[in-house]
Amino acid sequence: MVGYIIRRVLWIIPVLLVVSFLTFSLMKATPGGPWDREKQLSERQKALLNAKYGLDDPFMVQYIRWLVGWPEEDGFQRGLILGDLGPSYRYPDRTVNDIVADGILTTIQLGVMAFALAVLVGIPLGVIAALRQNGIPDYAATFVSVLGICTPSFVAAILLVIVFSIGLGWFPTGGWKGPEYWVLPTIALGLAPVAVVARYTRASMLEVTRKDYIRTAHSKGLKERSVVVIHMIRNALIPVVTILGPLLAALVTGSFIIEILFSVPGIGRFYVTAIAQRDYGLIMAMTMIYAAAVAVMNMVVDILYAYIDPRIRYS
Amino acid sequence: MATQTQVLEAPVATRKSSGLWRDAFGRLVKNRLAIVGLILVALFALVALFGPWLAPYPYQQQDVAATAPYHGPIPPLTDGHVLGTDELGRDLLSRIMDGAQISFAVAMVVQIVVLIIGIPIGALAGWFGGRMDNYLMRFTDVIYAFPDLLFIIILTVAFRETWFGRALDGLLLVFVAIGITSWITMARLVRGQLLSLKETEFVEAAKAIGVRDRGIVSRHLLPNAIGPVIVAITLGIPGAILAEATLAFLGIGAQAPRASWGSLIDDGRDFIRGDPHLVFFPALAVAIALLSFTFLGDGLRDALDPKLKGKQ
Repeated sequence: MVGYIIRRVLWIIPVLLVVSFLTFSLMKATPGGPWDREKQLSERQKALLNAKYGLDDPFMVQYIRWLVGWPEEDGFQRGLILGDLGPSYRYPDRTVNDIVADGILTTIQLGVMAFALAVLVGIPLGVIAALRQNGIPDYAATFVSVLGICTPSFVAAILLVIVFSIGLGWFPTGGWKGPEYWVLPTIALGLAPVAVVARYTRASMLEVTRKDYIRTAHSKGLKERSVVVIHMIRNALIPVVTILGPLLAALVTGSFIIEILFSVPGIGRFYVTAIAQRDYGLIMAMTMIYAAAVAVMNMVVDILYAYIDPRIRYS
Repeated sequence: MATQTQVLEAPVATRKSSGLWRDAFGRLVKNRLAIVGLILVALFALVALFGPWLAPYPYQQQDVAATAPYHGPIPPLTDGHVLGTDELGRDLLSRIMDGAQISFAVAMVVQIVVLIIGIPIGALAGWFGGRMDNYLMRFTDVIYAFPDLLFIIILTVAFRETWFGRALDGLLLVFVAIGITSWITMARLVRGQLLSLKETEFVEAAKAIGVRDRGIVSRHLLPNAIGPVIVAITLGIPGAILAEATLAFLGIGAQAPRASWGSLIDDGRDFIRGDPHLVFFPALAVAIALLSFTFLGDGLRDALDPKLKGKQ
């Protein structure tokens, strides 16, 4: 088991290296550059800027400078591994480190809140729906699931703003100054995951209900309550756990539309503009943060899975 | 000998008539939600294929003068516009029908890309196992670490100015980008199916009578894996439609004057206070499209998955 965990952790390193290399190559292969803006720069100005930032160096030099670092005339320029994400071409007065440091906690907070909503509402909803199959709670849960499936987060965001900000005036339309600002973005981001978790939990519960060990538990004369809590829910949650890791990663990394719509000062709102403006440092930083989040979450799920389900043993 | 063969053929024929597919179809028809899904999908396909002839107006036809009395978009059910118009006097119903074409094309083309790439790779990995399988699974880890939507955005924004990015009003690029991020799930599914089917007795029997590898894969393994593949395809469609709508909402993808549902919703946001219909109806179209394929896919899974046979 320890050996498996160590190998699983170490495996993240080559995955992230390949992701970074692919993204870097893709970016460099695309036409255009960071200096193509509304205000036309002369070729000479562009050449000077390219020289300043080392964008005229060979590809591998640029990649190694970004990844590890490169000795420059005015000292050693550190790279990602040494904790420096490089300059931002669009915001010359700020480094990518500054931009990420400013926004990442907000992005994580939003993702975690939406995740908590998905778990705390989705799992009970799925459990109740399965226990009262074809009853009113089941239909209510199905209704929420259907709503979650068919409402993209950006549509949910618009509808929530119409009803609760413009109509009722309960919550602000955007910003991030206090708890009342958190409510609508969290619901908009968490609605679809609530539906996914509820659907998954319900299906898993129904599957478990038909198992022999549940019949055994009933026939032993156990109280309904302990059958449900000890035998059903614990077993039904095993498959649910596998989707929670990728879900958390998706929520933390997938909040950029919600950040744009609600003017949340996270890092996601920069992503689309960073790509359009070829702000290489910022694109790379965000891709790496997102890829690391996904890779770590998948690893955590794999390891957790072995602990929760004693039948699984990795060699 | 000849008479004996004839006697034997009769019962074989009757067994065939209630085979796997007929059983599955029977179960599907009994599932009300699946039938609702099937009907909506058929309707969606109809609008997508014949939209230009069914639509009341050409989708790009502007009638700015007609909007003057309303100081902006025409509300629904007025002046012959069932769902109203946008601020340029373009008929909303016609634009939504044109958007259906884009959404339906996404649904189909992406799944074709997924089939073309996913099945051969999954089949090779599942059949040969060993190193081939190892490469695939390692590659899968890398692809999974790319956040889908962000990778699609990099691809589409990066290639938007090239000839490839302009093909089909910018849609070809979107289709391919979404397809590239989706096939891996199919490859994993086919691999898993093949791994378990490989151990079955009928494959052993086929090997024993000397059927070649190619024959076993194409005649025995793939046909047996087709049920889960159909389900995965159907349930993958809502994801593709959603991805396209999201991209269009962000202003990436279909180029004006073509209107994807996502870009219609984005355009409608400016008029949300006075004319909510401009957001509401395209959003409803997205919702119906997502739901219909989800219902149909769920129904197909219940009908085709032997594990659930006899339950409910």
